Amino acid sequence: MAQIKEDKDILILGIESSCDETAASVVRGGREVLSNEISSQIDIHTLYGGVVPEIASRKHTERINQVIRAALGAADKTLDDIDAIAVTCGPGLVGALLVGVSAAKAISFAKDIPLIGVHHIEGHISANYIAAPDLEPPFLCLVVSGGHTHLVIVKDYGEYEILGRTQDDAAGEAFDKVARAIGLGYPGGPKIDRASREGNPDAMHFPRGHVGNAKYDFSFSGMKSAVLNYLNSEKMQGRAVNVPDVAASFQQSVVEVLVSHTMDAAAEYHCDKVALAGGVAANSALRKTMEEACRKTGRTFYCPPPVLCTDNAAMIACAGYYDYIRGIRSGLDLNAMPNLPLGQA
Amino acid sequence: MKILAIEASALVAGCALLEDDVLVGEYSVQHQKTHSQTLLPMMDELKKLTQLDLKTVDAIAVTKGPGSFTGLRIGAATAKGLGLALDIPVIPVPTVEAIAYNLFAADALICPLMDARRGQVYTGIYDSRNGFKTVKDQCAVPVTEIIDELNTLGSAVIFMGDGAKVHEKTIEESLHVPHRFAPAHLCVQRPASVAALAMQMYREKGDAVLVPADDFRLEYLRVSQAERQRQQAQESGMMDSLAAGTLVKDTLAAKDTAKDTAAADGKKLV
Repeated sequence: MAQIKEDKDILILGIESSCDETAASVVRGGREVLSNEISSQIDIHTLYGGVVPEIASRKHTERINQVIRAALGAADKTLDDIDAIAVTCGPGLVGALLVGVSAAKAISFAKDIPLIGVHHIEGHISANYIAAPDLEPPFLCLVVSGGHTHLVIVKDYGEYEILGRTQDDAAGEAFDKVARAIGLGYPGGPKIDRASREGNPDAMHFPRGHVGNAKYDFSFSGMKSAVLNYLNSEKMQGRAVNVPDVAASFQQSVVEVLVSHTMDAAAEYHCDKVALAGGVAANSALRKTMEEACRKTGRTFYCPPPVLCTDNAAMIACAGYYDYIRGIRSGLDLNAMPNLPLGQA
Repeated sequence: MKILAIEASALVAGCALLEDDVLVGEYSVQHQKTHSQTLLPMMDELKKLTQLDLKTVDAIAVTKGPGSFTGLRIGAATAKGLGLALDIPVIPVPTVEAIAYNLFAADALICPLMDARRGQVYTGIYDSRNGFKTVKDQCAVPVTEIIDELNTLGSAVIFMGDGAKVHEKTIEESLHVPHRFAPAHLCVQRPASVAALAMQMYREKGDAVLVPADDFRLEYLRVSQAERQRQQAQESGMMDSLAAGTLVKDTLAAKDTAKDTAAADGKKLV
């Protein structure tokens, strides 16, 4: 009889290609990262001032095998050691997602390895499990990235209640647009973060977007427009703009809304654990402010290191692991789902 | 030599298994349902029905382009994944040539036409009267250009591919040589033809046609809209405005359809 592997020894190969990073990772027992390979396309997209979907898809196709091979190599494993393949199947850029999904399905088919389609946001949330080995649901998680802004209660592994989301731009998208307008270029998040360190966050006051009926929803397009209007009026009056001040003031207004919504929800839903996730979670002001707010209210704060905040495949393997041990599998007809809602992978 | 072939470059999705000169099986579907959902299940079915042990496959043949960007990538990523998992090479097959390979010893030139939108076709000219020869390599050109070329060659021609119907009127108006349109079963991309052409290429050129799965690259025969914009920005010294996102996108965009072809065909094949 074949020896039954213990959960802690289960090896998951994670594959992620939903936007502009081609990534693969081997994770043991859900939380131990044996390898985490990321091939970024950022240099090429920077030339265009943003991610170009067609170029991203082409690059993923060129790099996918090398990245998977590197992840297996760095973990010192072969496909024969792998118990399941977890792949991001949505949401994201459809052409980009398809590369990872197609390659993952082919490998699953050829080696008869179980396949698990993973929701990208669920991956981001799961990055916290890797960073904090003691973290267990339930907890409150703010997921903020270039494409998503979600305030979520993680009730259990794979079980989510969405309290709020953005009604227009994602937080990261607003960062990109403002960065572009003040001449900092792409990617906006890290550039505004850096410029803000030299600026005065109280130099100007941009409105904090509030959404009337849904109290935990976000709106960032008004904030972004206020910045653009400010820039425009300064230009009309022939005044030079203080870029670090604008960056710092804008960043502060975004961070304030994100943190106040999160803390209000934590109080209302009695969450003593609060986590950050997603690319914007790498923002230093957001991490610091959220951490302080948690400390003041006696809550435990969780946040993955920056490399696990931005897109990576370790988080996908981790989320895939918790699906795997609950018996969840995907078929060979797994498709890329660009608008997949959370909790429905 | 056992070749497992994949074809997903346009509206057809399918696979075929060829063992030397025996076509063991072929699965081909041309239906709205999506390539990404159908390709692997078809291959799984083919494997079961032919009791195929995947470890005995020597190479994966796949169309390398041109075609729908999204379709090509579904085929390519699948081929690469299979190549990686089975540790076997890929034989990249030119899409247009594979369509032409549906015909054998035809008494006329063969001209596949794939609708490439933006007033272009993916096409080429082939001669199977004595062996199989490429007269004009696959390319992306306006249909009138290939018609001019066929007029100059002066031989009778058989048209194939989904672009034949699309451009039938132009062909009837400006082509001066005798021509016919291939019937439905010969007109389309066929996984079996991809397999057979790959086998033929291997027999002619040996290991030179085998590409490590990791290194396989598609040949789109067309840069993306963004890259065209970049070329234009480079020529006019406007790379800064491109990066700042302030480049006025009218010149190119006005000439082309506003939507990227990839976005349009992505919807169809996903």
